Order: sequence, then structure tokens, then C-alpha cells
Amino acid sequence: MSDLNAFREETRDWLEDNCPPEMRKPGDVCWGGRNPQFSHPDQEIWLNKMGEKGWTCPTWPSKYGGGGLTKEEGKILQEEMAAIGARMPLGSFGIWMLGPALLEFATEDQKKEHLPEIVKGKIWWCQGYSEPGSGSDLASLSTKAIENGDNYIINGQKIWTSYADRADKIFCLVRTGPQEPKHDGISFLLIDMDQPGVTTRPITLISGKSPFCETFFDEAKAPKKDLVGGLNKGWTVAKRLLEHERTMISNMGLAGGGDGSGSKKMSGLAKVSKKYVGEDKNKKIANSGLRAKVAKHEMNSRAFGLTLQRIGEETKVGAPSPAAAMSKYYGTEHNKLRYEIMLEAMGSKALGWEGEGFTPEELAITRDWLRTKANSIEGGTSEVQLNVISKRVLGLPD
Amino acid sequence: MALILNEEQQSLKDIAQDFLDKNAPISHFREIRDSDNKTGYSKELWKKIADLGWAGILVSEDYGGFNFGMMGMGGILEETGKNLTPSPLFSTAVLGASLLSMAGNETQKNKYLPALVSGDLTTAFALEEGNHHAPTKISTTSNKKGNDFVIDGKKNFVIDGHSADLIIVAARTSGNQDDTDGISLFCVDSENKNLKIVKQSMVDSRNVSEIHFDKVVVSEEDLLGDLNNAYPVIQNVLDIATVAISAEMLGNASKAFEITLNYLKERKQFGVLIGSFQALKHRAAEMYSELELTKSTVISAMNAIDEQSNDIARLSSLSKFKACETSHLVSNESVQMHGGVGVTDEYDVGLFLKRSRVAEQIFGNAEYHVDRYANLSEY
Repeated sequence: MSDLNAFREETRDWLEDNCPPEMRKPGDVCWGGRNPQFSHPDQEIWLNKMGEKGWTCPTWPSKYGGGGLTKEEGKILQEEMAAIGARMPLGSFGIWMLGPALLEFATEDQKKEHLPEIVKGKIWWCQGYSEPGSGSDLASLSTKAIENGDNYIINGQKIWTSYADRADKIFCLVRTGPQEPKHDGISFLLIDMDQPGVTTRPITLISGKSPFCETFFDEAKAPKKDLVGGLNKGWTVAKRLLEHERTMISNMGLAGGGDGSGSKKMSGLAKVSKKYVGEDKNKKIANSGLRAKVAKHEMNSRAFGLTLQRIGEETKVGAPSPAAAMSKYYGTEHNKLRYEIMLEAMGSKALGWEGEGFTPEELAITRDWLRTKANSIEGGTSEVQLNVISKRVLGLPD
Repeated sequence: MALILNEEQQSLKDIAQDFLDKNAPISHFREIRDSDNKTGYSKELWKKIADLGWAGILVSEDYGGFNFGMMGMGGILEETGKNLTPSPLFSTAVLGASLLSMAGNETQKNKYLPALVSGDLTTAFALEEGNHHAPTKISTTSNKKGNDFVIDGKKNFVIDGHSADLIIVAARTSGNQDDTDGISLFCVDSENKNLKIVKQSMVDSRNVSEIHFDKVVVSEEDLLGDLNNAYPVIQNVLDIATVAISAEMLGNASKAFEITLNYLKERKQFGVLIGSFQALKHRAAEMYSELELTKSTVISAMNAIDEQSNDIARLSSLSKFKACETSHLVSNESVQMHGGVGVTDEYDVGLFLKRSRVAEQIFGNAEYHVDRYANLSEY
């Protein structure tokens, strides 16, 4: 225990000395990459300091550039960062999805090549899973990779590749074997986006802009050494990575809502409701039906936050939890409901598209509401998550 | 905040599961229900439970108890919920023990608590008067007359009221109905001849009574806690009791779900197991999610009580809200997914449905606790 207390002291001192003032305010998170964009000079300083210490990936082994912290130490770091309002130094699919999968399935050489780059934010990774004809039925994918000397030649199309237009590399599911049985011919391949055979096209969503793209492979190349987890054995890697993705998305569901901490601060939903609907003489939200909806939603937010916390206590560091499908399902549905209640509270003020008559915050809520509709589709639909729970957790028959 | 049981707490829960499986499985509940047992529970079983020390879990060592905390008590109640165990554990070891410990003076604690711990004294809390939980809606009066108090009024939904040795009653000593001030607690011997206790037959076949107080005279020494100022203590006790009943309901819902899941894996229609139908799978997965959330809220509320957190009230309401919602959902779905046999008395799922509805009403249903949570959060 005293070791942890000492670690807490050291961490607090180090953060105090090294976290630049601008990074102690809320704001955007840097995504790194070969041509990184920093919204403030402090963002670059903060990324470099944290990257050197490996604290962008605190619990990854230090031999791959990670922080080498235990789960308990990682939690302390998180708490101490929260205490001074420190921003996340780096966000990326490399940290949340690819890295954990590489740690489990990659060769030593692959780990040494890719993990330190993720830690330091040198490469922006995107994910190539879905195809126009393979959504929920992901394993039916048909983008082909054919051996040619030391390389694979890739032809096909991916869709819903977030940030493909800005990413440096893509981790991609490709067909290297037969189409049937469909799970057995899939490999997990790392492909550089900076080559003539790869083109991208952004997709416009109902919310307006979006990070989503279509990605086209036309005689694109990838060296054989960049195949992870063995030839035709990519499905195992793919599934595990999906669990990490679900955990990531379900955690996002909490971003705007309550959490398990029990802070007495009034929630965003209650504040918005009081602002747009008004209060009665007892300072309650004036519309009692809305008040009950807000309270139930807040209570469920807290119950969900406590559940993520409990699952965290029950699972080992870095291991995806068997309850990840439940978290993804519940977190995204709950987040969609949050925005529906927000719309109900704000009335016509939440229905503006652009221009006069609305504040920027109001317009943002409208767009965010539309964006939440994708939450329960991306990373596996809610229906797929329910299938996963009933099969893997409850053991119900096929 | 610890959201998992420690080794000692887990071991107590395991012992409870083992003991109840052997001594009080669901068939035991059926035996009591179908016999002419007037007590509503087996005194022999209660003696064994007291010998295991469960009656003293929330009582301090100074009075013979074990001071083991809510994480311990909740684990046991969850197991009794799974087995539908009829016993005065909730009315005595949770309600009575908390009321006497928090409000009692030294004399009262020495008089009652050791006997309560040994299983020789059972208690009941006479609080409710209306059709819904309303802890301030008290019109039962207690008037000072010399060195005595005279109690008049009617209480209902008193858990184990007909079998308890000691009735603790909340009565108005000043003020008007709905005032939080002016409420006091009194200890009344159940043998008092001006008490009329009527056992009510409830849908869950457990024990609830109506109690009529007709010029019931008690002495000054029977005043439990401060005159006119019992409401804060009542609130604290209700928080503990609410979490306790939520723990029982979590057990109830978990067991009903387990029984149903097994049925989905063995019942065949159209030549296949019905558990392979997506219409049922998705509903089962939703129940699982709700159960996981409920479990987290119950354990965090138990932990808050043990750590004397400043957010006990909200966490207690949160746990009851989730327990009510989930137990309601799971009990209905369990009956539906069993089809025809689900509505027979022979199958157990119907018993869980019946108990679920009564437990929902105890100390506030989901709507009550949603309103309370919003009030406490100042919106």
C-alpha cells in the first residue's frame, strides 16, 4: 500500500511539473500521425512528455515503449490526471484497438516495430473491417489479398473506415483463403495508406459531416511480414479486436452522461431541462413527465457507470471483459436515449440545422443527436451484441 | 469504493447458499405455505439461522452481535431471495436491529439486542398507514398521560407483525400528517391486550399484518429515541432496509432468470430448442444486462452503508429503483417464456412473480424512488 502511496506522490509531482497549463483545460485530443496537427503548442509538448514516459499507454510493457504500470498504478495515474483536469495526451485506434490485439497475437518483431510508434503517436491507424456487402455478416467479406513474392496484392473495397482520409496505415481484414467456410479464409493485414493503390472518399452522414470514409484498394501492396496472427487465422484476431472496440464505444456512452462517482453536481440533462422547460415553485423541473424521464436516465447512467467500474475490478489488466458486448449494447442505447430526452427538453431549439435563431451549442446538440444513431450500428449493431451475449455469456443454442 | 465482496463476505454468502439449499430450498417455502403453520415461518429454521449468527450481523459486539456490516447481510438476503426463504430475518435482523441500535438508549439496547441476536426476540416495524409507502403520512397518535403514553390508530403492511414479540411503532406526538417533525417511536409488547393484530393473507404467502392500536398504554421508558424527532432515524433505517430488500429482490430475479434460462435450453418446439429463437434470445440478453446493472447498484449501496458515505440516500433509492424494474421485468418474462407451465402452481416461476410484486411495494416502489432521487439531486 505504501508503495502505491509513494507512486501517487511521484505521479502528482511529475504531472505538476510536466503538464502544460493549456492541457489542464477541456478541449480537443490530439490524434498524432505522420503529419500531426496541434491546436495549441502545449498539445505537442504534452504528447512528447507523456509519450517518452510511455504514459499514453500506461499499462503496456515498457519494452514496447509503454508505461509498464500495474493496473492499480494505471488507475492512480488516471485519478491524478483527472484531479488536475489534465487532457488525454493522445487518442487513437492504435491505443484502443490495434495495440491490445498486437500485444496478444503479434510476433516479437511486429510488436517492436508497431507498438512504440503507437505509444508516441507517430502513426495514425484506421480500421478496415466492414465492406458494402458485409456489414453485420462481417465474415462474408471479399477484399482479396494474393501472394506475390514478398508482398500481398490487395483488391477490394472497405466502408465505414473512420478517418481513412487522414490515417497513415490501416489494419485490415482480407480474404487470403477460400470464401467458404467463410471464417477460415480471413487474414489480418497491416497496410500503408500512402501508396497509389489506396484511395479514400468521405461519407456524409445524416448529421452532416462525419469521419467515415470508403476506402478502395486497387492493386495495393503490403509486405508479407505485416500479416498478424498467421495466414487464414485473422478471424480470431478480428473478434478479439472487436471486443476492445466495444469496450471503447461503450465507454464513450458515458462521456456526456452521469458516472458512478456519485458527484452531487446537477447533471447535464437536468440542467438543460430546467433551462428550456423551467422550474416549478419547489425548484423542480416544471414538466413532471420529463422530470421522471430525466431522473430515470440519470439513475441508469449511474448504474451503468458503477457496472463498468465493477467489471473493471473483476477483470485483469488489458484483458477484454466477457461483459464487453453488454457494455456496448447498453452504453450506446443509453446514449441514444439521452439525446432523445435532450430533444424533448429543448423543443424546437434542438431542431435547427444551421444559421440564425440557434446558439452554436443548440446546433451542436442537433447534430450530435443524429450522430448517436450510428452508435448502435458501428462496431456491431445492438442486435449483433444481443446475439453475442446470448451465445457467449448465456450459452443459448444456435 | 469496493464493488466486489471481500473474501470473508464471499465466504459468508457461500455458507448461506449452502445452508439454505440444504435447510430451506423452495420446497420448504411450499411446505410452510400449504401447512396450517400460524407463524408463517419455521421456528426451528429461525433457531438454526440465529445459531449461525445472522440475526446479529448488524448488531455491535457490545450487545452480543458481530458488526459484520451490510455487505455481509446483503449477501445472505440475496440467497434468501433465491430460495424464497420465509423467516423474520428482514423484520428482526435488519429493521429491529437497526431501529434499536440507532434510536435506543443503553437500557433499551441491553434489554432487547442480546435477545434479538440469540433469536429469542423477534420484532416488527409498524410504520405504514396508507396504500403506498409514505413515511411522513402518520396519523396514529401517541398522547402523554402522566408518565405514560396512550397510542391510538391503525397501521398496515406491517411485515411479520402477527408473529413478532416486540412491535416498534411510529406515532405522531405533535404536528400534522405529512410533517416530518412530531414523529416518535415506541416499543410495544405484542402481548398488550389493547392491540389487535390481524394477519393478512398476501399473494406471496408471506407475513404482513394490520395492527389496530386502541388506547394502548406504554410507559415513558418505552419511548425509543428522541420525542418528536424520530424522522431522521427512520430515514436512516429505511435506507438500510431499502438496500436489504433490494438485495433480496436481486436474488429473486437472478434465480427466476436462471430457472428460465435452463428452460430455454431444454424445452423443444417445432423440433428445436426454444432457446435458439432470436425473439427469446434478445429478451434474455436484455434481462442479463439489467441484472448486471442491478447487481452493481445493490453492492455499491451496501458498500456506502458500511463506509458511511454521504450519498447513502441516493444510492439506496438507486438500488431499489433498479431492483424493482429488473425484478418486474424478469418475473414477467420468466412466466411468459415458460408458456403454459409458467402459469401453473406446480412450476416455481410463478412464486417468484408473486414475491416480486410484494417486495416492490415494501418501502417504496420504483416511481417513489425515482421521485426521491430527483428530489435529493435538486431537480
